Amino acid sequence: MTLPTEKRTLLTIVTEAVVEQTLLRDLDRLGVRGYTVSDARGKGSRGVRDAAWEEAANVRVEVICERAQAEDVLRHLQARYYADYAMVAFLAEIEVLRPEKF
Amino acid sequence: MIDVVVLFFLFGLAAGLARSDLKLPSALYDSLSLILLLAIGLKGGEGLAKQALAPLLPQLGAVILLGVAQTFIAFAILRGLGRLGRADAASMAAHYGSVSVATFAVGVNWLLVRDIEFEPQMAVFLAIMEVPAILIGIVLARGVSRDTDWRALGHEAFLGKGVTLLLGGMAIGWIAGPDGLAPIKGVFFDLFKGALALFLLEMGLIVSRQVGELKRRGLFIVAFGLGMPLLSALLGLATGLALGLSPGGLTLLATLAASASYIAVPAAMRLAVPEANPALSLAAVLGVTFPFNILAGIPLYHALATQFTGATP
Repeated sequence: MTLPTEKRTLLTIVTEAVVEQTLLRDLDRLGVRGYTVSDARGKGSRGVRDAAWEEAANVRVEVICERAQAEDVLRHLQARYYADYAMVAFLAEIEVLRPEKF
Repeated sequence: MIDVVVLFFLFGLAAGLARSDLKLPSALYDSLSLILLLAIGLKGGEGLAKQALAPLLPQLGAVILLGVAQTFIAFAILRGLGRLGRADAASMAAHYGSVSVATFAVGVNWLLVRDIEFEPQMAVFLAIMEVPAILIGIVLARGVSRDTDWRALGHEAFLGKGVTLLLGGMAIGWIAGPDGLAPIKGVFFDLFKGALALFLLEMGLIVSRQVGELKRRGLFIVAFGLGMPLLSALLGLATGLALGLSPGGLTLLATLAASASYIAVPAAMRLAVPEANPALSLAAVLGVTFPFNILAGIPLYHALATQFTGATP
């Protein structure tokens, strides 16, 4: 038996912990219904961010929503954060149960 | 004789430079800074309860002006001599106009070890001096524009972790008094030096990571990182003399003036002036100014303080 799944888009944002609060406020304002935040560390074009202390800490924010909304958020991120902050954001197509949640 | 807590800093620095695997859990770092901030606040509040508060108000005005003046001077030097862009200069100036709790704690420890008295309001000065430089730095970078979200920035500046814990500790110390504080003395006062030692071990590790950045930035940043605290310390000493502080109080005010923020200001500047390069300020503050202050600055400021007041050291 196949599960009654539906397609949604997973938006993953990895960025500096310092912008977490502003970013979450933006997500709320853009109508996102839920998100998951986790601490993260890694390395990229802005150097090693090993979370050894607050200034070098990253967070990963995950949002599951409709494709159109994910693109809206991504456009906003690009305009508002890409120039000045260490940020990587990407979309992935996923399948979920209970589509009414997302 | 070098203080034992400073040896912990040097140990952390050496371990970091040797690329040791040594790493303190970040929860421990947070807990230690919480204990240190509360201890400083409690001690200050306890002392303040013994004196009238009204005469303090003009003193608070004076140290606010001190922080503002330092920010403007640092900005002028960074723009003029350093040829930094407006945003970078403003952000870095804010770091130097503000204060470092860790440096202050090392100064307090330095005086405690030598049984030198200092005024209880130094803890209030610490809390007060953290804020004005942030606001001035933002104005220097942005101008006074309508776009600035002053409510969010005010929240960030006045209700950050550091200021909240200091003021909360002070209120508790003030209300409880020496007898009320006796049951918790073990954690906050007796453990102070041990907590500071561990905290400085982590600071050594953090500072060791700035060395690479410092090599890239060259001489001006090193010169500024050494020159600015000396200039600020003299301003702090002059302010302290005008306020009639004791040699211990003068030493701490000079230390506060000379210190540069590496927690509250970087976070606020990252949000308010995002185009400024945070690595530049942190390289100077952590790579040069913090080690200089705790290794050489504090004894020097105390020597100057005793010289100026004519007291015998």
